[in-house]
Amino acid sequence: MKAVCWHGSQDVRVDTVPDPKILNPHDAIIKVTSTAICGSDLHLYDGYIPTMQSGDILGHEFMGEVVETGPEVTNLKQGDRVVVPFTISCGNCFFCNRDLWSLCDNTNTNAWMAEKFYGHSPAGLFGYSHLLGGYAGGQAEYVRVPFANVGPLKVPDGLSDEQVLFLTDIFPTGYMAAENCDIQPGEVVAVWGCGPVGQFAIRSAMMLGAERVIAIDRIPERLALAEAAGAEIINYEEMDAGVALKEMTGGIGPDCCIDAVGMEAHGTGAMALYDTVKQAVRMETGRAMVLRQAIVACRKGGKVSVPGVYGGFIDKMPMGAFVNKGLTMRSGQTHVHKYLRPLLERIRNGDIDPTFLITHRLPLEEAPHAYKIFRDKEENCIKVVLKPFATTPELAGAAT
Amino acid sequence: MENAMSTQTPASKQAGDLERWASIIGGGAMVLTGLQRRSLKGILTAIAGGGLVYQGTQGKSTLKQVEDAAGLDHAIRVEKTVTINRPAADLYAFWRDLTNLPTFMRHLQSVQVIDDRTSHWVANAPLGQAIEWDAVIVNDEPNHLIAWTSTDDAPIENSGFVRFRPSAGDRGTEVKVVMEYQPPGGMLGTAIAKLFGEEPEQQIGDELHRFKQLMEAGEIATIEGQPKGG
Repeated sequence: MKAVCWHGSQDVRVDTVPDPKILNPHDAIIKVTSTAICGSDLHLYDGYIPTMQSGDILGHEFMGEVVETGPEVTNLKQGDRVVVPFTISCGNCFFCNRDLWSLCDNTNTNAWMAEKFYGHSPAGLFGYSHLLGGYAGGQAEYVRVPFANVGPLKVPDGLSDEQVLFLTDIFPTGYMAAENCDIQPGEVVAVWGCGPVGQFAIRSAMMLGAERVIAIDRIPERLALAEAAGAEIINYEEMDAGVALKEMTGGIGPDCCIDAVGMEAHGTGAMALYDTVKQAVRMETGRAMVLRQAIVACRKGGKVSVPGVYGGFIDKMPMGAFVNKGLTMRSGQTHVHKYLRPLLERIRNGDIDPTFLITHRLPLEEAPHAYKIFRDKEENCIKVVLKPFATTPELAGAAT
Repeated sequence: MENAMSTQTPASKQAGDLERWASIIGGGAMVLTGLQRRSLKGILTAIAGGGLVYQGTQGKSTLKQVEDAAGLDHAIRVEKTVTINRPAADLYAFWRDLTNLPTFMRHLQSVQVIDDRTSHWVANAPLGQAIEWDAVIVNDEPNHLIAWTSTDDAPIENSGFVRFRPSAGDRGTEVKVVMEYQPPGGMLGTAIAKLFGEEPEQQIGDELHRFKQLMEAGEIATIEGQPKGG
């Protein structure tokens, strides 16, 4: 089969590899009909996530059709159309039982490695480094899905791939980011980053009752998309976002601050340069401009939510501000399984149409180009969906 | 306390020691810390035999004899605990059928049960070799503790125990493994050192992880055999 493989920093290729096989009793094999490139894939693309190996198959946002099931998979059959959470969860451990699916104890094949980094191991993820299990990802024609009895959600008839594909990661991730803010009536939510997760965080914050949402980015088309959703916007290249937020909130600061950027933040000024240089020589693993700004901007007693990905260490954490302003911070890889059904309902009842995000529909073969334009934000790229089995007319047709 | 100041008789002191060790093994959180430089094998055997095994020589405390017997300088000692979301009885039952152990202990080829106490172990060694030994269960407390030690003719002296204890707050069972190896010198010693890895603690930790996966999730997570680009 064809698969998008990582070969090094900014080197992804479409390789021909063996088809996946059932390896464990709870496995299923999925024929991938749609798969997206995630912002967090760019951290792999840029070489900031350790323990990638040349040849690793990328991709953790994918859906498709069940073609084979292991002997213990009783809830799926050949031909079922499913979306698959990017987190792999056993369904039986302490954490799965408490809806903390991304913290599953039993799915990281390299738990010992994660324990050395983090003290404890989170769940295994598709296509996201050997530190997190080394599972082959779904930017491929076929993919093996472990614990298929637990993760995949059958898609009801009448919903297209594009309507439900983002249930695999970015919609639940943006939603959990907003939920982690525990938004109260009348509250103002600031969202740093108007990429895909930021866009879903903005819309989720509104669904969860935010009175105002302020979106911060520098890319005009992304800010426009935020504005279209009803957010007020700050282009941080035109003004100091910290100052603007204070002015826009009567000096109080936003009640809730969401860092939907993570470890590869861009910024302006000396601190941004400091981080860029230090990360480039691998002296810190994350450029934490956004997180710092969020903590300083947040109102006293406010809430900071971090859906953005950080893999290791950051510098100059403003701990003094965090402590003295009495802030609360919440984070975590998304507990996708918890959100699949409620968010599917949101899509069905018309609260949201996730297709607003898609700017590019491409065949799998064009993945290397897609990674490049997504990374460099060329061609107004916001979200790429790869369709391994679509014909050219289908791709062209879907785009209209 | 091991001097003239002590008012205890040697026999009662010995009994006190054994009691303390039994309580460490039966319930201590940090077993190796508690045992310090005493041989696990000696203590397991002493507890099993009510102290008689090591009472032979006059004038020597149990502790001293155990130290003599051990030569702990070269011993590899490991202690590792994992919490598994299953009742102790299930975990004990799976482990007590020693033939199950190779399913989650990768270095083992097979364990053959000879009788209720005795078993024959075959482990993979480097270069396609195998190492074999017999082991005896010296303590078997259903649903709580299994302790074993290798027989005298084993090429590698090894002892250990696994302990199952209900954990706080409905989280299942704490499973603790404590092991001690005495690798011999020479080529065989080197081979055995490789067998148990450069980081035995990580290896035991990995094995306990796999045991947990099997018991909680019904399978051991793997990526062996999945596709990969060239």
